[in-house]
Amino acid sequence: MRTRIGSVLGKTVFGLLALLTVTLAAAVAASAQGEEPGESIGGTLFQRIDGERVPVEGVVIVVSQDGTEIGSATSDAEGTWLVQLPGPGSYSVRLDESTLPEDVGLTDPDRTELPDINVTSGQDRQVIFQLGESALEQPGTFTRVAALFVVGLKLGAIIALCAIGLSLIFAVTGLVNFAHAELVTLGAVIAYLLHAAGPHWPLVAAAVPAVIAGAFLGWGQEKVLWKPLRRRRMGLLSMMVVSIGVGFALRFLILIFYGGRPRAYPDFAGQAATPILGIPVVPKQLVTIGVAVAVLGAVGLFLQKTQAGTALRAVRDDSALAESSGIDAQRVIALTWAMGGALAAMGGVFFGLTESVQWDMGFQLLLLMFAAVILGGIGTTYGTMAGAFIVGVAVEMSVLFVPSELKTAVGLVLLIIVLIFRPQGLLAVRERIS
Amino acid sequence: MDLIAALGSGLSAAIGPVAAAYAISALGLNLQFGYTGLLNFGHVAFMLMGAYGTAMTVEAGGSLWLGIVVGILAAVGLGLVLGLPTLRQRAEYLAITTIAAAEVLRLVVRSSWATEVTGGVFGLQGFADEFFALNPFTSSATYDLGPIAVTGRRLWVVVVGWTLVVVLTLVMRKVIQSPWGRLLRAIREDEDTARSVGKNVFARKLQALTLGGALGALAGALLAIEQQNVNPDSFRPEITFILYVVVILGGAGTIWGPVIGAITFQFLFFFVDTLMRDTQANVAWVGAVISAAGAAQVRFVLVGLGLVALLIFRPQGLLGSRKEAVVGA
Repeated sequence: MRTRIGSVLGKTVFGLLALLTVTLAAAVAASAQGEEPGESIGGTLFQRIDGERVPVEGVVIVVSQDGTEIGSATSDAEGTWLVQLPGPGSYSVRLDESTLPEDVGLTDPDRTELPDINVTSGQDRQVIFQLGESALEQPGTFTRVAALFVVGLKLGAIIALCAIGLSLIFAVTGLVNFAHAELVTLGAVIAYLLHAAGPHWPLVAAAVPAVIAGAFLGWGQEKVLWKPLRRRRMGLLSMMVVSIGVGFALRFLILIFYGGRPRAYPDFAGQAATPILGIPVVPKQLVTIGVAVAVLGAVGLFLQKTQAGTALRAVRDDSALAESSGIDAQRVIALTWAMGGALAAMGGVFFGLTESVQWDMGFQLLLLMFAAVILGGIGTTYGTMAGAFIVGVAVEMSVLFVPSELKTAVGLVLLIIVLIFRPQGLLAVRERIS
Repeated sequence: MDLIAALGSGLSAAIGPVAAAYAISALGLNLQFGYTGLLNFGHVAFMLMGAYGTAMTVEAGGSLWLGIVVGILAAVGLGLVLGLPTLRQRAEYLAITTIAAAEVLRLVVRSSWATEVTGGVFGLQGFADEFFALNPFTSSATYDLGPIAVTGRRLWVVVVGWTLVVVLTLVMRKVIQSPWGRLLRAIREDEDTARSVGKNVFARKLQALTLGGALGALAGALLAIEQQNVNPDSFRPEITFILYVVVILGGAGTIWGPVIGAITFQFLFFFVDTLMRDTQANVAWVGAVISAAGAAQVRFVLVGLGLVALLIFRPQGLLGSRKEAVVGA
């Protein structure tokens, strides 16, 4: 007995190390492009046009301390800028308004200078100047609502891709996996490295290995971590806390080697909106929605029509019964993790495509994924898909009523309301309430 | 490698005001998670309430002491709002509701809507003068405490902070050893049994959640006073997870666990930090693999791995007994 536990422990440790090595290998590749050491202040200048981030190039930013200029930088084609600092301390950051393009202005004209930006030792401090169209022409209400609806569908499509795995993994193992967020980020980051840093593959080609890596990372963590923990009969709530630790470690590993700066995929960056039926739509939004719907349809077909899919549903509904009728539940669980990982990575690439690739992007999306899963009824696949689109549309359309920095909060409030008043989800599956 | 410097920075952090605040906050989380088994993943929200309650009251013209009371009451209110609807449901629901609520609060506090009262992304500063006016030490003087030296300003916060820690822990011991405290542990072990002998499980859970939240708020107020600064981004979800590490490291469901956990955690956190920076700057191959900014983040990776390792290898933490381990196998 002792040796068995020992070997399980050994496997777990070995597995964790292996998982880390994989991440590190990807990360070292990223660090090759070099982060400058020491403190710095930087940021990304962009404006939102129909929900898309459009970088703003050629704007001069001046950093000074006690009235003395320390350095300045000009935003590049991706809108990013960076000023190296002599050391930690308090700095003021000024945006030179005369260098802004004609049609771009600060959303808050009083905030050209940000005083008292505190930089701690070793910090790469990010500073935000919010830019927008300088109150030239506001599009008509209907057009704006319709355009926001499309943006919402796009966000919903991304949430759906990411959340299916979360929902299925919960359904077959009972685990609420907080580390799912990092599968999303890793997918986006791996695609970025292959696309913009290393071999410079086109994004579409770089996305394929990213999705495969996502499947591998999902399958791998099941094999090396979760399966041994289930064998040790660790409680589900403890496993949830473990997943927080795993997510935490992975997130900061990504930060160390990828850096804190958000970056955009060069392909399809700054794509212009074209009117479709009078609604301004950015083509990549439509592609995102189209591909996601096709993939979600395929997942549905897989679950309904194939033997593996039927096995998965059997394990979900009653794993003991499924096993007694000859289904290898452990294999089904491993398959679920692989599928969930691949879908999350794909969702990450799409999220990076329309927003930007950032070390904590998955974590930003995680709570909205929970919202989708719970809205749809925890553990149900179609419910999760529906929940994702509801959350996506609600979040994006809420900017009609609240400042845009609060739109995520709207999604989370929706989540809390559903948890309070209809915990079984909108598409109710009664027996899942406790 | 400069081990002495690393030990010094670890030691100084271990007795520092932040460690005291973490200990108080962890005391609250331990009551919720360690003794009652409630998965509160939004503990940082209670700290935010305490910190902003204090700062905003002073900003509005009230006294600092009134501010601390307001902050604690706000946290109790938050506990009721979150607990009333979710404590009857499954454990994961409380977890997700609390983490979501904590993020909503942070986003609202930093939004342009709230800038008038909360200072938005810049936060509020310089509201704790009343506290430092009582300082019996000379603020700018340096005091020698054995291996480390602290300023009079910091020493004042340290003395008040750790006095609070000791008093609150002793009170907590009384509370836990009372019939009320025993019932909490019974709920943790088997909710249905507690209910079947006629105990009001829901009310006890709600009391544990709000009382723990009040302790979180006090810790938040202490942090805010020490820094004379509140900023929404000091209240990111990571803080909650760090507090889980503190509680589990010390021993969930033990009296002194949160205190030992906070001291040990802060020591290791800053020891590793100083060591990593030093290694990064002076060992060539490490410097080639990792940037200076990256070296500063290594400790967060270790926090995550430490949490996983603790749950697998020593779920009872430093002080707990394996038999009564709250988490783990």
